[in-house]
Amino acid sequence: MATRLFGARVKRNEDPVLLTGRAQFVDDVHLAGMLHVAFKRSDYAHARLVSIDISEARAMPGVVAVYTAADLGDYWQPSPLLVPPPPVEGAVFNQRTAGQLARDKVRYVGEPMVMVVAESRYLAEDAVEKVMVDYDPLPAVVDLEAGVADTSSLVHDDLGHNIAAHVVQRKGDYEAARARADVVISRRMHYDRGTAAPMETRGVVAQWDALARSLTVWDSTQAPIPIRNGLAAMLGLAERQVRVIAPFIGGGFGPKIMMFYPEETLIPWAAMRLGRPVKWIEDRQENFVAMTHERGQVHDCEMALTRDGQILGVRDIFFHDTGAYDPYGLTVPLNTQCTLLGPYVVPHYTTEFKAVFTNKTVVTPYRGAGRQHGVFVMERLLDLAARELGLDPLELRRRNFIPPDQFPYNNKIIFQDFTELTYDSGDYEPVLDKARAMIGWEAWQAGEGARLRAEGKTVGIGLVMYVEGTGIGPYEGARVQVEPTGKVNVATGIGTQGQGHFTSFAQIVGEQLGVPMTNIYVSTGDTAQFSWGAGTFASRGAVVAGTAIHHAAVKVRDKARRLAGEALEVAEEDVELVDGFAQVRGAPTRRVALAELARQANPLRGAVRADAEPGLEATAYYGPEMGATAFGAHALILEVDPETFNLRVHKYVVVHDCGRVINPLILDGQVQGGVAQGIGNAFYEQLVYDETGQLQNASFMDYLLPTALDVPRIDIGHEETLSPLNPNGVKGAGEAGAIPVGPLFCQALEDAFQGGGLEILEIPLSPYRLWELVTSA
Amino acid sequence: MKPAPFEYYVPRSLDEALALLAEHGYDAKPLAGGQSLVPAMNFRLAQPAVLVDLNNLADLAGIMADGEGGLRIGAMTRQRAVERSPLVAQRAPLLAETLPYIAHPQIRNRGTVGGSLAHNDPAAELPAVALALDARMRVRKQDGERVVAASDFFLGIFTTALEPDELLTEIVFPPLPPRSGVAFEEMARRHGDYALVGCAARVTLAENGKVSDSRLVFFSVGDGPVQAVAAAKTLRGQRPGPAAMRASAEAASQEIDPPSDIHASADFRRHLAQVLARRALTRAVDRASALR
Ligand SMILES: Cc1cc2nc3c(=O)[nH]c(=O)nc-3n(C[C@H](O)[C@H](O)[C@H](O)COP(=O)(O)OP(=O)(O)OC[C@H]3O[C@@H](n4cnc5c(N)ncnc54)[C@H](O)[C@@H]3O)c2cc1C
Repeated sequence: MATRLFGARVKRNEDPVLLTGRAQFVDDVHLAGMLHVAFKRSDYAHARLVSIDISEARAMPGVVAVYTAADLGDYWQPSPLLVPPPPVEGAVFNQRTAGQLARDKVRYVGEPMVMVVAESRYLAEDAVEKVMVDYDPLPAVVDLEAGVADTSSLVHDDLGHNIAAHVVQRKGDYEAARARADVVISRRMHYDRGTAAPMETRGVVAQWDALARSLTVWDSTQAPIPIRNGLAAMLGLAERQVRVIAPFIGGGFGPKIMMFYPEETLIPWAAMRLGRPVKWIEDRQENFVAMTHERGQVHDCEMALTRDGQILGVRDIFFHDTGAYDPYGLTVPLNTQCTLLGPYVVPHYTTEFKAVFTNKTVVTPYRGAGRQHGVFVMERLLDLAARELGLDPLELRRRNFIPPDQFPYNNKIIFQDFTELTYDSGDYEPVLDKARAMIGWEAWQAGEGARLRAEGKTVGIGLVMYVEGTGIGPYEGARVQVEPTGKVNVATGIGTQGQGHFTSFAQIVGEQLGVPMTNIYVSTGDTAQFSWGAGTFASRGAVVAGTAIHHAAVKVRDKARRLAGEALEVAEEDVELVDGFAQVRGAPTRRVALAELARQANPLRGAVRADAEPGLEATAYYGPEMGATAFGAHALILEVDPETFNLRVHKYVVVHDCGRVINPLILDGQVQGGVAQGIGNAFYEQLVYDETGQLQNASFMDYLLPTALDVPRIDIGHEETLSPLNPNGVKGAGEAGAIPVGPLFCQALEDAFQGGGLEILEIPLSPYRLWELVTSA
Repeated sequence: MKPAPFEYYVPRSLDEALALLAEHGYDAKPLAGGQSLVPAMNFRLAQPAVLVDLNNLADLAGIMADGEGGLRIGAMTRQRAVERSPLVAQRAPLLAETLPYIAHPQIRNRGTVGGSLAHNDPAAELPAVALALDARMRVRKQDGERVVAASDFFLGIFTTALEPDELLTEIVFPPLPPRSGVAFEEMARRHGDYALVGCAARVTLAENGKVSDSRLVFFSVGDGPVQAVAAAKTLRGQRPGPAAMRASAEAASQEIDPPSDIHASADFRRHLAQVLARRALTRAVDRASALR
């Protein structure tokens, strides 16, 4: 039997090229005669455009073309709505999406107004400085509550107000439950904006081949196939005339799926019009304002409980900042509504949100995609309730867990995939117990904490729980092919942004075909390789594309065994695939190479069976009926300098359950990276806007990403509660690391300032904010 | 984030560099490590028409002993070289203690001592240290040289006593008086960040153990290095116990007038100034006492 690949801690196939700087990113595409683009973007958050004068810019040396909205003609069009509103009764959704270049009005700082095409990016930027815009500034909508007041300035005048959406979901009867409650905890909580800050900013290169009449687009996107389909439609081309390649992507995290960004449709259009390749690489300054943001919400929430700590119900009414437009529908606030419930039985739940248009960068999902906020509200309410009831916070959680025999568990509210939110499987106590043991909860409570405090240290401990809806539909597909060379090609349509797909997908295939990893070539994100699919988002790559790949590999395996059975004159059940050969079980010297079978399956002369398909190749698709729900616990011991309010993390533990693990090394990396972003979100990263809608910290000097020096090493434990939804029992893991870090920091900080009456109901924090909270507590 | 057009010169000698500066005046900027100037150009905050690259002027780099206990550092000496120099550790321990707080090793490998002083970023460490140590700046132009005391050199935000045709060539650190202790403290959001507040302290004790001289210099609290003169005076003649140091730190935090920004309000900065001053004074006194 060959060594098992599925589940093995295999080093990543893609790392040698990445670590030696030989991986191709969009900016590595250099084409003869290539032109370069820079945009003139709005300096104002909200203003009427009186006039735009491009005459001086057009006359600058090296400038080839300058376009405003008016120059786009019929090509100017509002971007499509990516996700329609869900079928929630009474849901209101006001769709407002942006055209490629602003006309009449600008609605956020950074909104593109003019595209300059020049011989170099330097010259393009020189020309951008010469574009003269006459603005008539309007008051900016920055604050969510002020934005819904009658007196507010209007982001979209025709709407008459700033409410992008209003959704109420109810399970049971919260008011009745509240009337029976012994305790009701109610608070207001704030979660502010951040940016995903991928190491590689966005970028597009487009080349029109006038002879072949085909368009090739390199795009730093998570969703190449939908980009191809949309571009073909917009440009009047057949889909087969357009090839979109998402090469190596330096981080996506959600914002790179916001198809279509204005730049994504403008660069190919310009390349066709000018007959020369055109490149646009977003610089960091642009990225801060032009790539989508997330996270701004304000919650008025309450929880009703019995004296012994049973949750009777939760009510949560919140505002969600959707920015200037809402192309991604309601995904983020719906995730908030759904993820709030967590691993707990909440019999009565009322959740209501208003999404508010503001004069800020557009909001679309960013790693966690609204789940953070729900977890924040729930976990904070539980901590406050535990304090009020005099219960151990972990014991309170345990008492409310959904019991393991209740799965699948229907939460009776509508999720982002439009089905009723149902957890496929779960078993929460083992995760809690493991995290508790790994962080040393018992020892801490038994004296370790007190000992450190007696030494004068301000130290605190915390532990929080969460669930993560992953692996949603609609579907993905894959093709697996054994070449006559013995090499195996695997192609799927999703993009890859660092998730290790080149390795984990190869493991899935190697497991079925008995082929060593080094002979398996995975292709993702090239529409010429695979033509169907949606993209990489919502922690769905391993679940949805991975399962499609599994099915295709099984088909190839079965065909190989059938052909080998015929060649070796044994029953196909007696054939096993090991190390690139099909061999007879128990008699391994009777064997034929897979390569040979592939050759025989593609004869050049002679007759084949009438229904024979050539080659060792199969294509398969997979669409889950619903998402798979992963879950876990994070635990933390931290120390605060009580005078400077800087933090030091002593220990950080994650126990994670995402079903069967394909590759623990990759999973650990996903978790570690997610926690790094979560820590950023909790204590470092905050996009600060002033009252005029100007972003105050649009650079890495003032927007503080935690670095390797600030993020601790994380101890990671795994549990494996299989998903019943797919043959390998896997669930997604992309977002888990980032989701519960905020409330964990709050809990541990409150513990550190014991007895100080400190309550932390907001994220992100900072030393400055912590000082304010502690001195006012 | 591409710079505006500029002309670029690489002089082979100091004279050539000075001639270029004399010729181009306000249009020109010397380029040292580029760690402040190049980002400013990429943001188009600085748009010099002419760059005069100092990186080939080997004579401007180097660390040398200066008489009994003093030190001379060439303006083009990389920050990393100063950080690693045993001579600096011995003769200017405050400088050695401070350098690791400046940015990250990659940046210190390029950034120069002269560049940091000439730039006078209000959040920079080195101007405060130069002021605390009474450093003297050697300044050249085409037809002359002058020496400027640190107390006369830092004039305001990103502004020094340097004229456009002048180059800072060398910084001289005089020896500390006997029984002197120094210490450096700063509070930054992340490792390597510019500080929210920082402070350099220097305390000299008399034979009898009382404070004969002391100095507190802050940065990130004003438009350059800020010396808390009155607060330092309150220590003089005192026995440096915890209460005296707390009082001096408290007075210092009232003496300064720090700005507010998104990372810290003026009040939080004042609070930090008091904390850091107390910590720095305490360590400086400990060190001075150990020398008695
Ligand atoms: C990410 C990052 C973090 C940083 N963090 C810190 C920090 O925490 N603390 C800190 O103090 N600094 C920090 N810096 C700045 C760094 O220390 C710079 O190196 C330093 O401020 C300038 O030195 P330089 O040699 O790079 O000068 P340059 O950038 O080349 O020049 C700076 C200015 O000084 C002028 N100049 C340079 N040399 C001379 C000379 N000999 N005579 C006359 N004029 C001259 C130039 O014309 C220019 O105006 C950071 C920089 C970066 C990129």
